[in-house]
Amino acid sequence: MASEKTLLLVGGTSDIGRATAQVYASAGWRVALTARNEADARRNADDISARTGQDVDVHRLDILDGEGLDAFVRGLPVLPDTVVCVVGELGDQARGQTDSAHATLLMRTNFEGPALLLGLLAERFAARGSGTIVGVSSVAGDRGRASNYLYGAAKAGFTAFLSGLRNRLAPAGIRVITVKPGFVRTQMTAGMKLPPVLTAEPDEVGRAIFRAAEKGGGDVVYVRPIWRLVMLVIGLIPERVFKRLRL
Amino acid sequence: MRELAGWGRYPRHRSDLIAPPDPSRAAAAAAGRTGLIARGNGRAYGDAAIGDRVTLHTGGLDRIRSFDRLSGRIRAEAGVLLANLLDIVVPAGFFPPVVPGTKLVTIGGMIASDVHGKNHHRDGGFGDHVEELTLALPDGSTMVCGPEQNAELFWATVGGMGLTGTILDATFRLKRIETGWMRQTTLAAPDLSSAMRALEETEDFTYVVAWIDCLARGSSLGRSLIYAAEHATLADIDALRPGADPFPTKKAGRLSVPLDLPSFTLNRLSVAAFNEIYYRAGARKVGAPQLIPWEPYFFPLDGIGDWNRIYGSRGFVQYQCVIPTDRARQVLEEVLVRSSQQGTASFLAVLKKLGAGRGDLSFPMDGFTLTLDLPVSDTVFPLLDELDRLVVEAGGRLYLAKDARQSRETFEAGYPGLVRFRDTRQAIGAAGRLSSKLSARLGI
Repeated sequence: MASEKTLLLVGGTSDIGRATAQVYASAGWRVALTARNEADARRNADDISARTGQDVDVHRLDILDGEGLDAFVRGLPVLPDTVVCVVGELGDQARGQTDSAHATLLMRTNFEGPALLLGLLAERFAARGSGTIVGVSSVAGDRGRASNYLYGAAKAGFTAFLSGLRNRLAPAGIRVITVKPGFVRTQMTAGMKLPPVLTAEPDEVGRAIFRAAEKGGGDVVYVRPIWRLVMLVIGLIPERVFKRLRL
Repeated sequence: MRELAGWGRYPRHRSDLIAPPDPSRAAAAAAGRTGLIARGNGRAYGDAAIGDRVTLHTGGLDRIRSFDRLSGRIRAEAGVLLANLLDIVVPAGFFPPVVPGTKLVTIGGMIASDVHGKNHHRDGGFGDHVEELTLALPDGSTMVCGPEQNAELFWATVGGMGLTGTILDATFRLKRIETGWMRQTTLAAPDLSSAMRALEETEDFTYVVAWIDCLARGSSLGRSLIYAAEHATLADIDALRPGADPFPTKKAGRLSVPLDLPSFTLNRLSVAAFNEIYYRAGARKVGAPQLIPWEPYFFPLDGIGDWNRIYGSRGFVQYQCVIPTDRARQVLEEVLVRSSQQGTASFLAVLKKLGAGRGDLSFPMDGFTLTLDLPVSDTVFPLLDELDRLVVEAGGRLYLAKDARQSRETFEAGYPGLVRFRDTRQAIGAAGRLSSKLSARLGI
């Protein structure tokens, strides 16, 4: 199909990545998954392919390979219509407080890598004059909290990056969407006690991404609308009170 | 440690629970552990899927690895739910060769229990259709087996209740269907003998099952409706329901069920009255074939969320036995009489004809199988022990996927393949390493 649209899904072994790719493939898109480990991504690609009848490609990519990102983008067989980056690493806050290597890993995985890659793709989209960029950030980036501020700070950086990119490229017709899923039931949160009302299934996130990116949804998406309210309230708490809360 | 139970919510045991995210980690999890058993969606009724020490949940193994839409060959990881698989294959014009009475089971569980369907008399068990499977052995290595390779291990694994290793994935062939409808013919049988005769006379149908009204006594004992069905062809739709969508959506399907059988019958109030009406309503449809969507036909109870809870907090046991054909009428009659004398007796029972089973511990044998639901009470266990004696004496056996309470003696008498099964377990180092509460209870 000449008119087949293409998606590049960065982070193809994550639960959100898998669900998002599935939504796109079901809608007839040609999907390519990226992952550090090709075999793990292949497992998801096969599954999506079996379920939808669509071919799914796999590209090896290490988001931390700063030097290699440009080569990766240049080596893509097609420049995608949409790129969705779901890369993220919650990590271990306590460990990161004393272990700089771990803190660096969190900052690079959650901010540096995704921002650099999407930045490179944005230039190509701008040159072509079309394209949609979706970055999965986090409500954790809306305000730093004791329990996860390394992760939150990196996500805050990513959110700001996406905001700036959107501001710059809107006139060129390039859409940039920031998605803040809130709690999601995934491997990353396995074993945590999550409040059901605030917790989305990966599939819900995938559908929210597709709606926002391909059906003209908003620029900043909270997968469950209640999160916008929750974060508004959290944002309004005066710092002198906030600093005393256990969050 | 987690408290786990089967679908019958009896018994409950504590066990460690692990949930590996992929097949390689599921395989590695077996190494260095003892008392491990795999658990799919927890639909075995008793203690089959509770590890003696560790329970390996296969939910992470939920990928379909390939689906050839021309040949119908599909390869799926063990934790894929049948419901999920059906959502994909039915619209593509395929149907699994065998499905049990619920679609909320995993592929791994279907093999481990060698599940049978309403077509067992024609098509055998699910295991008969598996071309190959990947098994994680107790030492953490994996082995591919099937009827053509490592056949001994394969036939121990089919029906082997997870006791030969963790099934990681399986390849099997689907059958083609033209539509998502079933063409159902209903027969009424006024008593047990005629029900059994009707099951034998309808053997040419692919799917046959009888629902027995357990509240009918005396000369009406065993009064049944027999449902015989085929996958409907496009020509059937033209003849019986012109213009209908060949693949009914779920909503349309639900609306078109004439009687929502279980939600009515499982309400304990007015059961007798309902059974009477149900029998008469069914009897009126006798002869004229009807079109029914596949979902309510195969999985009537799945439409009702947690139907296992209606039996109260003590849970229930499902008693499923098979009796060789020549002794079946006499023994099943006795089973029905004795269970109906029990105040808390089952009010609906399912009767089916089975063919021979292939796996060492496969449940089916040439004969008739009867299924009863009984709430757990102080009197139910002595009653079931009595029924067991009848079953053993007739050369029959009980279905391990349903079992929560049979004795070692009953089990050993019913499963002559146990000797070979134990040998195979020895040979692969599974004895003492892979064990469930069921295998510990039965001394497997």
